[in-house]
Amino acid sequence: MRPTPTPLLVATLLTATALTACGSGSGSDPDTVEISYKQSTDNSVRVMDKYLADIKTQFEKANPGKKVKLVPIKAPDSEYYTKLQQMLRSPKTAPDLVYEDTFLINSDITSGYLKPLDPYLDKWDDWGQFIDTAKSAAQAEDGKTYGVPDGTDTRGLWFDKGIFKEAGLPADWQPRNWDDILDAARTIKEKVPDVTPMNVYTGKPAGEAATMQGFEMLLYGTATGATESPLYDTGSKKWITGSQGFKDSLQFVETVFKEKLGPDVSDALDPNFATRVRGELLPEGKLGINLDGSWLPQDWLKGSGHEWPEWSEKLGLAYMPTQNGQSPGKVSMSGGWTWAVPSKAANPDMAFEFVKLMQTKANAQKWYIANSGIAVRTDVAEDPAYAKAQPGIEFFTDLVANTHYRPAYPAYPKVSTAIQEAMEGVTTGDSSVTEAAKGYDEELKSVTDNQVIKK
Amino acid sequence: MVVSQRGAGPGERTVVGKESGSNRAPRLRTLTRALPVTPALVILVLFLAGPIAYCAYIAFTDLQLTGQAESSFTGFDNFRTAFEDDAFLNAVWLTLVFTFLSSIVGQNTLGLALAALMQRASKPIRTLTGGIVVTAWVLPEVVAGFLLYAFFRREGTLNAILDWLHLPSQNWLFTLPILAVSFANVWRGTAFSMLVYSAALNEIPKEITEAAEVDGAGGWRRMWHITLPMIRRSIGTNLMLNTLQTLSVFGLIWVMTRGGPGNRSQTLPLFMYEQAFQKSMIGYGTAVALLLLVVGSLFSLVYLRLLRTEV
Repeated sequence: MRPTPTPLLVATLLTATALTACGSGSGSDPDTVEISYKQSTDNSVRVMDKYLADIKTQFEKANPGKKVKLVPIKAPDSEYYTKLQQMLRSPKTAPDLVYEDTFLINSDITSGYLKPLDPYLDKWDDWGQFIDTAKSAAQAEDGKTYGVPDGTDTRGLWFDKGIFKEAGLPADWQPRNWDDILDAARTIKEKVPDVTPMNVYTGKPAGEAATMQGFEMLLYGTATGATESPLYDTGSKKWITGSQGFKDSLQFVETVFKEKLGPDVSDALDPNFATRVRGELLPEGKLGINLDGSWLPQDWLKGSGHEWPEWSEKLGLAYMPTQNGQSPGKVSMSGGWTWAVPSKAANPDMAFEFVKLMQTKANAQKWYIANSGIAVRTDVAEDPAYAKAQPGIEFFTDLVANTHYRPAYPAYPKVSTAIQEAMEGVTTGDSSVTEAAKGYDEELKSVTDNQVIKK
Repeated sequence: MVVSQRGAGPGERTVVGKESGSNRAPRLRTLTRALPVTPALVILVLFLAGPIAYCAYIAFTDLQLTGQAESSFTGFDNFRTAFEDDAFLNAVWLTLVFTFLSSIVGQNTLGLALAALMQRASKPIRTLTGGIVVTAWVLPEVVAGFLLYAFFRREGTLNAILDWLHLPSQNWLFTLPILAVSFANVWRGTAFSMLVYSAALNEIPKEITEAAEVDGAGGWRRMWHITLPMIRRSIGTNLMLNTLQTLSVFGLIWVMTRGGPGNRSQTLPLFMYEQAFQKSMIGYGTAVALLLLVVGSLFSLVYLRLLRTEV
C-alpha cells in the first residue's frame, strides 16, 4: 500500500515536534553538579581522579545535600575534545563543569558552548592572585573570560644521563642550536644502538602534542624577533604561509625520522605513544632525548602508578635552543587547561562554587604539585614549599620568561591539524619537505577562509 | 467485497455496507486499512527517514563542531570541495581497491571455492572447516580487528612465522596497509559467502550434474556451464551484500591502522570520520557520507541488473 500524502505529512510534522522536544528542557538534578574531565589512557595514572575525588569530598561536606558527580572521559587528547564538543551541544548531555584546553577554548567560545564567567569572577577575591598571562589565556576576542586556568606549563628537553654517559656525552648537556641536538642523537645511535636516540612527537595520532611539543618548539626557534609569532601575523590578523622557518622545522622532523634518530615510524604514529614514553621508555632508560612538557613527573610521583622518585637523578633537563642559537637562545611554549562552565549547564552557580573550592590556595597548591604544573597564582608561586616540592619546578618556572603562547584563535585547532598532517607526511616519507609545506599552505587557506599572508 | 473484509471489525462492515456505491467509501476504506500500519510508519519516519533527511540537509551546510557561531546553507560547496580534494579522491580510490580486493575477489571467490570444496569433503572435515570459518565471522568487528592487528604488527605472529622460515619480515601495517586490512576483511567476511554458496550449491539437482558428467564434461566445464549459471542469482545477492558491507567497514580498519600511515589505508568511512569529528567539519563529513551512499547505490544498480537478466 502506498501512503497517501496527508498521513505522511502529519507524520513528518509529528517527527519534527518530537525531535524539537528532545532539544529543550534539562534532565539534570538541581542538587548535583556534573564534572567532565580527561582521564589518562594509562590505567595506573590517576592523578586527576584522585585530586577531584578529594575536592568532591570537601565540597559535599561543606554543602550538605549537594552532590558531585564526576564524569571522566577516557580518551586520547584528540578524541577527548570531540566527545566533549558533542556533549556540549545539548542540554541533555552538557555537564556543569568541563576541563578545557586553552588551545581549543576560543573555538568553543565561538560556537557558543561556554558561559562568560565575568559576573562570578567580579565577586571572587582570589581572582586577583592569578597572573595576567593566565587570565588572558581564557579570554575571548569579546573581552570576556570563559575559564579559570588551573596552571600552565613549559617545555624543554629531557635526557637520560645514563645513556649520555655511555655515549660519552656530558651530564650537564646543553645544546646551543638544532645541530647540537641532532649530533647528540647521532652519537647515541652509534654508541648505544639498542635505545631510541630521541623523540619528537609527530603526526595526527599524537594530536596537539605533535603540534606544540614537537613542531612549535622548533618553529618558534626559527623566528628572529623574540615576540614574533611565526604562525600568525598579529598586525594583519592573518596566518602565515610559505615561511622558510616552517620548511626548516619540517626538515628537522624529516631528518629525525629519515636518519632513524627517532622512534620507529609506526610507534611514533601510535596514538598512545605519549603514554608509552612516560610510562615505559623513559623510566626503563630506553630513550635518549625527549622533547616534552614540564608535567612529566606527575606520572612518577609517589602513589601514581609508575612510581619513579629517582627520576631527578636519572634524567637531565636542558632548554630547547633556537635554530642557530639566535637571540634569545631558548624556546618554550606554554599552554595549560582551564575549568569552564558550559552555556547549557543546568547548575552553573554550583559549578563555579566547585571551581572556587578547587582554587583555594591550599587546594591549588596541592594540584600544582600533584600534576607537576607551573603555578599561575602568585601566592602559590612565592610559597617556598611549592618551589621545593619537586626537582624541576624551578627549571621550568624559569622558562616562563622565554615562553610563547599559541595563537589560540578559533581557527587554531584546524591549523594545528594541518601542521600535524604536514609532519606526518615527512615522518612517513610520503611527501618531501617542499610538498608537505605546500600542502600546509593550501590547507591553511581553506581552513582560515583565505586569511593568509605570505612571509 | 464484504467477504474479503471478514477480518475487519463489525462497525466497519456496517459503514462499508451503508455507503457502498458512493465514492467516499473506497477512500475511507483506504484510510481504515492504513490504520494498522500507521504505528510502523510513524516509527520509520521518526527513526529512519527523519535522521536521513536531517543528514541530507546538514550535507548542504557548513556546520562545524567547534569554532563557528552559526552554520549557514552553502549549497553544493561541500561536494565541490570534495571533488577538488586530493585526500577525498585518494579515499575513493582506496575504497574501490579495498572493496574489489576484499569483497569481490576475496570473500566472494574464496567463499565459493570453500563451499564447492566442502560439498565433496567428508562430514567431519566439513563440520570442522565450517566451524572455524564461521567463528571468524561471529567475532565482533573490534575483536577481529585487534586479532589481525596482533597478527600483522611488527612483533606479530606473521613476522614470527616468517622469521622461523628465514624469510624477510617487515612491518606489514606500515608497508602494505591496504593489503593488510583487505586481508583482514577477507578473513572476517568469507564465512558469509561460504554459507550463501553452500545453500545455493545444495539446490542444484544431482541429475543435471550427473547428466553433464555422462556427456563427458570435466570438473571445470561443469563448474562453468552448469554450476555458475544455476547459482547466478545467489552470486548477485551475495556480491551485493558483501560489497555494501565492505564499503562501510570502519571498525576493522580503525583498530588496525586508523587509516594510516599517512592516509594509505584511509577508505571513505575513515575519511568521513576524520573530516567530521577530528577536523570538526560535520557538514563536509556528512556530504562525504552521502557520496559514499552514491558509490554504494552504483554498485547495487550493477548487481540488480545482474540479477534481472535471464540466461
